[in-house]
Amino acid sequence: MSVAPLAIALPLLAATAILLLPRARGAAALAVAAVAAQVICTAILVLEVWHSGAARYAIGGWNAPLGIELHVDGLAAAMAFITAAVALPATLYAASSSEYREPGSWRAQDTFWPCWLFLLGALQALYLSADAFNLYVTLELLTLASVALVVLANSAGARRAAMRYLLAAFLGSVAFLLAVALMYADAHALDLRLIGARLSPGPLAWSAVAFACAGLAMKSALFPLHFWLPGAHSTAPPHVSAMLSGFVVAAAFYVFVRLWFEAFAPVVTPAAGQLIGVLGAMAMVWGSVQAIRQQRLKLMVAYSTVGQMGYVFLVIPLAQGSGTTVPSWALDAWRGGIYLLLSHACAKGAMFLAAGAIARALGHDRLPGISGIASRLPISTYAFGIAGMSLIGLPPSGGFIGKWLLLSASIASGQWWWAVLIVIGGILTAGYVFLVLGQELSQARSDEEAVLKRVPRTLEYTAMALAVAALLLGVRAIEPLELLRIGNPFEAPLEVGE
Amino acid sequence: MTHAAELYAAAAALLFALGAIAAIRRSRVLQRLLALNVMGSAVFLFLITLAYRDADPFPDPVPHAMVLTGIVVAVSITAFAVGLARRLASDGAHQEDDGGAPPG
Repeated sequence: MSVAPLAIALPLLAATAILLLPRARGAAALAVAAVAAQVICTAILVLEVWHSGAARYAIGGWNAPLGIELHVDGLAAAMAFITAAVALPATLYAASSSEYREPGSWRAQDTFWPCWLFLLGALQALYLSADAFNLYVTLELLTLASVALVVLANSAGARRAAMRYLLAAFLGSVAFLLAVALMYADAHALDLRLIGARLSPGPLAWSAVAFACAGLAMKSALFPLHFWLPGAHSTAPPHVSAMLSGFVVAAAFYVFVRLWFEAFAPVVTPAAGQLIGVLGAMAMVWGSVQAIRQQRLKLMVAYSTVGQMGYVFLVIPLAQGSGTTVPSWALDAWRGGIYLLLSHACAKGAMFLAAGAIARALGHDRLPGISGIASRLPISTYAFGIAGMSLIGLPPSGGFIGKWLLLSASIASGQWWWAVLIVIGGILTAGYVFLVLGQELSQARSDEEAVLKRVPRTLEYTAMALAVAALLLGVRAIEPLELLRIGNPFEAPLEVGE
Repeated sequence: MTHAAELYAAAAALLFALGAIAAIRRSRVLQRLLALNVMGSAVFLFLITLAYRDADPFPDPVPHAMVLTGIVVAVSITAFAVGLARRLASDGAHQEDDGGAPPG
């Protein structure tokens, strides 16, 4: 018996328990305990994969194609563990934000914690699903929980952003559902492995690929479908933004990668991969330029997500071979992209939490107004700087490892244009990171010396913990990279189901 | 596939395209929600068609299960969105006219 179902069930059970016990004093404590238990569960999951390889679990003893299976390989285990590991500091941050402790006028406490835990449960369910329709359902759970969490920011601006987010995500999911139906029409299966074995090139399969890519591009905010992201991610509370930017868009990308290299492997062409790469490169440039132009810290960090997600999408053209041949650099490109995704999640979480602490101290997050904050909130400034270092891709950080692998793959594959874009993206990222750091470190003019509100220490230390996590991914990269190798779609050809 | 099935599939494609155009071009929240639901129904119609495509006298139950789940998902998202739209309307920040819903 594995812990995989437990990682999904724990937060869902805790969420239901909090819902059933209205105004429970211990809601925050229960939530923190559930997330801590999830960290332990996913750590055990990683160890299981490390020692005994990729595995599948037939829920209720029913095997595919009749049953719905869970699967766990290096990729799923790594995503599950990093998600839980980032969620724990974010949960502590939420628990120390006073708005969820004070018996306020609106019932934030009653609704926030269940939504938060539903989000965490949905993420784990998505990573572990081996079934296309299950992926659709988990994407929907994710959308509902995310939009609800944005709404809970309780401002008119947040509600408008949430509505735009909801409509965009709904459109994306209808497109994805159509893709699932088309996959079923062609392959007579929903299990990803069976689809990969049975899908045959033709109009049905091609339209399935097109609709799946369009739907997932919307949900992962790939340029030009990113319009909903900056508003939603900048108006949400910092801990919510950390999970939305770090993992909710990344989850859609995760599904994208799983489908592209596993289920769609027999039908996708290098030209299609290049197209995705072009969109990713445009997102990278556009998101970073927009980030540089923003006048508000949180909006800048949100635009940075658009740029960084574009970066990650470069894995599609870089890891793709032509036809049935798998190029020797595919594995490294793929691992590089995933590594970038994981370090981005840690770094972006740190940035949002640090920005949240700064905004709380100042009462605003307008960029020229943060001058001199470094001497007042040194830990937050430091966390922001380390996280920025990982985003730029400076060694030693997780971002450096990811970008290095992508760069080497682009040179090994002769696709030098991606290498140029990777370097340009890094320079643009450095632009907005140093813009903020410069402001933070500069001396505040005496007339601007604002009275700072006191910030609970937990808010600063949780950001620091995430920044250190992004750094650790760069210092100790061998084991995580080996973990990603387990059950990867390039080395071990997927067995053909019957 | 029989002729009837092809007709249903074509109808589903048409519905999906109509819904997609309205979902992108309309600006009112309620109209866009309805358009998205039309798109969802098109997918459901396509799935039901899939269930009957073989000469087998018994339809394939898997698409039926997907449609049922899909309806639940669509209803929950729509309900949530309508609730949010009402809240937006009472904010007054968003010009919402909930009374003028188009038929269908």
